[in-house]
Amino acid sequence: MPHARATAMQPIIRVENLSKRYRIGGGQEYYSLRESIVRTATAPVRIARALLTGSARANRAPDGERHIWALRDVSFDVMPGEVLGLIGRNGAGKSTLLKLLSRITEPTAGRAEIYGRVGSLLEVGTGFHAELTGRENIYLSGAILGMKRAEIQRKFDEIVAFAEVEQFVDTPVKHYSSGMHVRLGFSVAAHLEPEILLVDEVLAVGDAAFQKKCMGKMGDVARAGRTIIFVSHNMASIESLCSSCLLISSGRLEAQGEPAQIVMRYMASELRGHGGVRSLAGHQGRRGDSIPMLTSIRLVSSGDEPTGVVRMGVPLEATVEFSSPHPIRPILGITLKTADGMPLFGVSNRWTNQGVNNQRVSSGRVTCRFERLPLMPGTYLLDLYFGDFGDPSRDLDIIRDAISFEVAPADLLGTGILPRPTDGPVFWPATWNFG
Amino acid sequence: MTDRYRFEPSQSAPLEALPHKTEPSACEPAAPAPAARAPHLVIEAGRGSLWVGLRELWAHRELVYFLAWRDVKLRYKQTALGALWAVLQPFLMMVVFTVLFGRLAHVPSDGLPYPIFAFAGLVPWQFFNNAVGQSGTSLIGNSQLITKVYFPRMAIPGAAVGAALIDFAIASLILFAMMTWYGIAPGAGIAMLPPLIVLLAIFAGSVGMWMAGMNVKYRDIKYVLPFLLQLWMFATPVIYPANFVPAQWRWVLMLNPLTGIIGGLRSALLDKPFDWPAIAAGAGLTLGAAGFAVWSFRRMERFFADVI
Repeated sequence: MPHARATAMQPIIRVENLSKRYRIGGGQEYYSLRESIVRTATAPVRIARALLTGSARANRAPDGERHIWALRDVSFDVMPGEVLGLIGRNGAGKSTLLKLLSRITEPTAGRAEIYGRVGSLLEVGTGFHAELTGRENIYLSGAILGMKRAEIQRKFDEIVAFAEVEQFVDTPVKHYSSGMHVRLGFSVAAHLEPEILLVDEVLAVGDAAFQKKCMGKMGDVARAGRTIIFVSHNMASIESLCSSCLLISSGRLEAQGEPAQIVMRYMASELRGHGGVRSLAGHQGRRGDSIPMLTSIRLVSSGDEPTGVVRMGVPLEATVEFSSPHPIRPILGITLKTADGMPLFGVSNRWTNQGVNNQRVSSGRVTCRFERLPLMPGTYLLDLYFGDFGDPSRDLDIIRDAISFEVAPADLLGTGILPRPTDGPVFWPATWNFG
Repeated sequence: MTDRYRFEPSQSAPLEALPHKTEPSACEPAAPAPAARAPHLVIEAGRGSLWVGLRELWAHRELVYFLAWRDVKLRYKQTALGALWAVLQPFLMMVVFTVLFGRLAHVPSDGLPYPIFAFAGLVPWQFFNNAVGQSGTSLIGNSQLITKVYFPRMAIPGAAVGAALIDFAIASLILFAMMTWYGIAPGAGIAMLPPLIVLLAIFAGSVGMWMAGMNVKYRDIKYVLPFLLQLWMFATPVIYPANFVPAQWRWVLMLNPLTGIIGGLRSALLDKPFDWPAIAAGAGLTLGAAGFAVWSFRRMERFFADVI
């Protein structure tokens, strides 16, 4: 640990070579009884065959069972009162680490020692049931998260007030708006008082005002001296909340230290060097249940060659190629984000109905053109949402952080002066009148 | 060049608002002395004994209560008859069996009117049936909890048994009404009622817990369970007396813990002599089943979150 003052203190969490291996076998994670019986019954045959052929695969499943290490040999210490940020790509192993520390799943190897009560907040509204009222759900969710009944009773009014649902306490939550649902869920969890709090990316929900309130609450919890481990894709909140930071990459601990440094390193390693063209076939940011239909993305600015650097104020064309198992009329949604993951704006041909009457095709390309990017210099990311007009409400393929690109400065105002970076990521000119 | 223009939202206030983030505040209890402290919790592969599991379950008894309460609350939501269903099911079965076995097949009933004889067996049987059926599928039904939060997994099948106990209590009211109707009063044997109910609940919980764990990995259990329970009822002296079976085969019935427990419950309620050897066998087998169920469940629960 880089903290000098930490030497006198004992860590509250000590993680040693923690590893977790998952089996990946065609997506099926459970057997039917018949399969197990057949496997057991045929085991002697497989072993005999293995002995005869001299292969060591006797104990492997016949379907070519494979394993992946979601987490491998991760070791670190957390000091009491520390707020530890956990960053890394989707699928890097951040959530697996939280699941291991919160005992939802067991490690394959390694160990962790925890010196305090752990509360984990891996989703908002854990244990909520739509048919039950707000009041009933507060008790249920509170109990599931580890609160005692008396404790819930004592904090009940506070929970309701924080969630701003006073008038609807005795209404079934199925009649709640999604915002109310999220607020109540977070509010219950926010009133947990464990010594160690594990938080997955739950703050990325709710409206801006509520997010701010959530962050404030997290700050309170941190100031009260509790230990927090916090996963986020929002680099701004990592930098502002955390006292130290871990970078996880492909299941391994890649770096640890000061949040600002680690965030820089992450952005440098993850976001650079696509050069304006990227294969999407094995993309790490693909959402779990997506059907991998998008195969590549290309960014073209002025000229025909793909480019990773775009000058302010010039057009940008994003072209994706897709191939689908059945013919579709493609919908492409693009969300443009800052390097720290804050969405700036989105576009979709679904909203303009362009292409709704096209011939169905099973492969092809979709090009989206931004006439003039209203962006300040910096690094930006694109999220892709791909769907079909046949069922426009469903996204078939979702890829987060599909590609990044740089916006290079240009003297758009003709004065050699640009707005300050702290004024925000959007560049928008204005005209002035005096009189 | 680009660095100079990097968008830096983190320069806003919250950074300053969190001073000394790595130091514990004075109002919190100080960290335990460095030397003699044992970890609150150790996370490792293959850890967790039987006793740790039971102790943890006891510590989470309020959660078991809340989950059972939720199950009861949801079960009769949007049903017209509500909790009346808890009474109707065994009652209608009693009517059917009275006609089939009492009237047509003339099955003996220990010198009691057949309807009360059958009902005194069907009410506890129905509890066993519901408890096993509901706890057996309970883990699958709560998969969203299992993948998102930790608590002793035994709480889930345990709560399903608790919810079935509520139905059992409701159905028992009708049983007492019928006893009054037939003018049957329990004797001193009624003292055996609570321990026998506890035994029945433990046995139901053991079978249900084991089934629930197996069901996570082998979804076949869902289809096997109703069939198995149906067979089990006929293999238990519920709607016929134990002495209906020829004496040389009576020991086979004793291998079924329910023989002693349900028979004992009927004796306690209807003031009949107890079959002590059967009850002792039932108690012994129940404890064995409970030990096996907890041991096996603790082994299986390690992969629940990965597999469910």
